[in-house]
Amino acid sequence: MGAQLRVYKRRIRSVTATKKITKAMEMIAASRIVKAQRQVAASTPYASELTRAVTAVATGSNTQHPLTTEAEQPARAAVLLITSDRGLAGGYSSNAIKAAEQLTERLKGEGKEVDTYIVGRKGVSYYAFRERKVVESWTGFTDSPTYADAKAVAAPLIEAVQQDTAEGGVDELHIVFTEFVSMMTQTPVDNRLLPLSLDAKDADDESAANELLPLFDFEPSAEDVLDALLPRYVESRIYNALLQSAASEHAARRRAMKSATDNAEELIKSLSRLANQARQAEITQEISEIVGGASALADATAGSD
Amino acid sequence: MAELHVELVAADRQVWSGEASLVVARTSSGDIGVMPGHQPLLGVLESGPVTIRTTGESGDGTVVAAVHGGFISFADNKLSLLAEIAELSDEIDVQRAERALERAKSEADAAAERRADVRLRAVTGVH
Repeated sequence: MGAQLRVYKRRIRSVTATKKITKAMEMIAASRIVKAQRQVAASTPYASELTRAVTAVATGSNTQHPLTTEAEQPARAAVLLITSDRGLAGGYSSNAIKAAEQLTERLKGEGKEVDTYIVGRKGVSYYAFRERKVVESWTGFTDSPTYADAKAVAAPLIEAVQQDTAEGGVDELHIVFTEFVSMMTQTPVDNRLLPLSLDAKDADDESAANELLPLFDFEPSAEDVLDALLPRYVESRIYNALLQSAASEHAARRRAMKSATDNAEELIKSLSRLANQARQAEITQEISEIVGGASALADATAGSD
Repeated sequence: MAELHVELVAADRQVWSGEASLVVARTSSGDIGVMPGHQPLLGVLESGPVTIRTTGESGDGTVVAAVHGGFISFADNKLSLLAEIAELSDEIDVQRAERALERAKSEADAAAERRADVRLRAVTGVH
């Protein structure tokens, strides 16, 4: 076998091996999307009922709760950024990080200090490399987050919101995550969780906006109910964001791996064309050598006669 | 007979949904029974068993669930029980709950003891 041909064969083998890996990753991601989507769907009843209840208390009573009223001079805001633990998911993490950067810029432009909280190893390493301050970070569960993970993330955030601004508390709570729109589209979004903006929620859910809320009887009292409700509300919103991000991550990884597989296929095709050409050239050369040798022999014997 | 629609949801799943004629739950100021046509209500639940007396499609019977914290909200003849953790009595593993109770008692873990106790009470129906 000619040297040229051997080089092509070796490259084809190595690309085929890579293709097998990317194909496997694509299939794994595809199967996990469905599971993640199911989890999102399973958590929806709790989240929507909770949102309804919070809306009911916030609109149905005249309670002034620190978590629902806007500070007159908001001085500090917390931003929770949700990224992935692992790479090979296309632009998934960098898109979320970019969205967080934009939000941070905007908040700083409004004259607020920004405290950053991060979920996911990718975001942590991005901030660590640039030596930016991160208040707290969590890693290791972005693939399949549980409610306990959401609680762990929410706890310091709620604590920060409840603290006075002067003592290091925050006035606003924003969350940046990747919304799962469809298998093909995932968009990074930033939401303000606290203080509650009821208009934004109505925009989310048209039917809820048109619904007239009844006058509720609160047990034991509106303040106490709100006190208990809001942390749960934040937890469930964070849980929902984590689940959607997980689904988005798997979808992004599936897409990235699919295009990697396609590219590998393309590469194998063009490489085997080149290999065929090299083989053909080799054969042609051998034939012309044989023919040339034979005719030289024939000429020699004819001359000696 | 009048009936109300009940949704019992935990943070990560829907535990039970159906029609009922009476729901008894424990709020922070005491047990509360909700029947069809109750005044709109929003309350904070304590850890404890929730009893749902079912009617209609789900058949006449009683469903008991162990609920660990959460909320009860009733409006428009729809009752929602929201809990971080909720288990139906027939899902609860009695032996496991008993073991958990023993362990919690020996370790003097009040929260765990309470959780296990609520589970056991939901199974045995002793309120």
